[in-house]
Amino acid sequence: MSRISQRFKQLDEQGRVALIPFVTAGDPGPQVTVPLMHAMVEAGADIIELGVPFSDPMADGPVIQRASERALEHGVSLRDVLGMVQQFRELDSTTPVVLMGYLNPVEVMGYEAFAQAAQDAGVDGLLTVDLPPEESDELLAAIKPKAIDPIFLVAPTSSDERMKRICDAASGFVYYVSVKGITGAGHLAIGEVAAKMAQIRKHTTLPVGVGFGINSAEKAQAIAQVGDAVIVGSVLVKRIEELSDSPDEIAPAIAQILSSMRQAIDLV
Amino acid sequence: MQTEKPIDFSSMPDARGHFGPYGGLFVSETLMEPLDELREAYEKYMQDETFLAELDADLANYVGRPSPVYHAERLSRENGGAQIYLKREDLNHTGAHKVNNTIGQALLAKRMGKQRIIAETGAGQHGVATATVAARLGLECVVYMGAVDIARQEANVYRMKLLGARVESVESGSKTLKDALNEAMRDWVTNVDNTFYIIGTVAGPHPYPAMVRDFQAIIGREAREQMHQQTGALPDALVACVGGGSNAIGLFYPFLNDAEVKIYGVEAAGAGLDSGQHAAPLCAGTPGVLHGNRTYLVEDNNGQIIETHSISAGLDYPGVGPEHAWLKDIGRANYVAATDDEALAAFHTLTRVEGIIPALESSHAIAYALKLAREMNTNQTVLVNLSGRGDKDMHTVAALDGLKI
Ligand SMILES: Cc1ncc(COP(=O)(O)O)c(C=O)c1O
Repeated sequence: MSRISQRFKQLDEQGRVALIPFVTAGDPGPQVTVPLMHAMVEAGADIIELGVPFSDPMADGPVIQRASERALEHGVSLRDVLGMVQQFRELDSTTPVVLMGYLNPVEVMGYEAFAQAAQDAGVDGLLTVDLPPEESDELLAAIKPKAIDPIFLVAPTSSDERMKRICDAASGFVYYVSVKGITGAGHLAIGEVAAKMAQIRKHTTLPVGVGFGINSAEKAQAIAQVGDAVIVGSVLVKRIEELSDSPDEIAPAIAQILSSMRQAIDLV
Repeated sequence: MQTEKPIDFSSMPDARGHFGPYGGLFVSETLMEPLDELREAYEKYMQDETFLAELDADLANYVGRPSPVYHAERLSRENGGAQIYLKREDLNHTGAHKVNNTIGQALLAKRMGKQRIIAETGAGQHGVATATVAARLGLECVVYMGAVDIARQEANVYRMKLLGARVESVESGSKTLKDALNEAMRDWVTNVDNTFYIIGTVAGPHPYPAMVRDFQAIIGREAREQMHQQTGALPDALVACVGGGSNAIGLFYPFLNDAEVKIYGVEAAGAGLDSGQHAAPLCAGTPGVLHGNRTYLVEDNNGQIIETHSISAGLDYPGVGPEHAWLKDIGRANYVAATDDEALAAFHTLTRVEGIIPALESSHAIAYALKLAREMNTNQTVLVNLSGRGDKDMHTVAALDGLKI
């Protein structure tokens, strides 16, 4: 069983919902990320989503775009991100790590080479935002034998037929994008999310996480009532940006936000 | 002996938009369903007599088609070698080939009931062509343009505003065309219910590369007939500049099955292919995935897109249409490059010798065509796509002469 499935099984047994923070690797500098990952685990993160910086983050709002730009100013590459995961694994062998980004860095590294390097580093899942299941056969053939879960997005616009196709291709968990738009967008309609979750669950027994637009403990709590995982990104990345000149303060500040979300979620 | 069956180029792409390993559909899930709707509408209306009749009428009466093919006799004589013919897309309304596509897509938007049009633009030509058709159809229009391009294409920015479009300055990344495309995609993903995204070249996810090609293929269809009328034969060679590749594929496509016609796409070599300062993914790039399709890209070893350089904003793009990537790999078309200096020299030559001021983009095609023609016989013909006129480039060229206009 993959580290991700194992984690969800544990949480299920405890009757808890997963908290999954997203941060961009190497933002605002490469040395910040690994200590930040440990701090997030301590503050209650169950799985970590690590953004791989890309020059053209088409699906991201300005907050995560700028995070990518900051990381790229330090030349942070996919190989560097794998190095960070490897370093994280020296002290933490249980918290799953999912890489989230765009296909091109993986494509240019080569699917087989990536799969091997990612397994060696201790990566557990891969979410490439711009890779729909229709185009994913080759990549799946490379990563699945290395026990790396392909995570796919389901969107508010996905038809029933697409939901099925996505759920069939996915393992680990399914990621429901809770707003029609880019990361960091505002309007999260909890009622609509609940309806969609019911629809998705008709197609899969995999856990379903919800992300995009969750920027407060209150929203995290509301989402925890319908989803198996609460995924938060822009609100953390924004805080990192505010503190980019005082990197020492980043880990405690992020831990504080996550702790309050953790508490709110655990009340559910 | 088994003979290999020739490729029927008119059958490409496949059902999911692939040209061999290139093209396809690489977008976030939110756009998959809307792109499918678009594909259905495009497939339906390209078979619809009423739609096609409306498109033809607009192309004739609003754009001014057919655009002429002109035998540049004096240029051919002075240059030596093959006879040079120009397909005069510069004479279209709004001054370039871009409008062939915006007319088509805007009519499609109207049929699909979309009230809002968005577009990306580099030089501003596609932005102007989009704002133009939006004004005519009474549609809301937002054009995304990199901050760097806004600064170097002031006149077109003003033109778009006059036409009633809102020009959104894009401040992310390299602040040029690729970033404008990213931003337009972000808008589309957010407003997908009421918005139609008019992409200006044969890039983007399926069905855009095929759809834009089909709207631009009028160039090649007309030219084929016109060359027959004027010379009694097909041209020996075709030459067009390649930014995203829409004017080029528009000319090439109707000739792809004519194996005897040689095909040349000319990319922007900027300061030189070895300088790193270029916009020539086919000549000096590697395959990758960007903006919804797999194609050749100007990128680094880590898969990050590199800033491109060209004197012409319209060629300043790190990707290229996937059909060109495929035509390169199978050897049906040749891709070459012209530097800033070569394009400028050709700009002046055509202006002085024929009284036609070409766009700097098109000047790249002229530059290569002059070179190619010199290696051919005087009874052979080269057909060049003169994709646009140079009015928009006056200030760029004047600035090189130390003038501010
Ligand atoms: C006159 C002209 N030619 C060519 C191009 C390049 O585009 P494409 O390669 O899609 O024809 C542009 C783009 O702005 C243009 O304005």
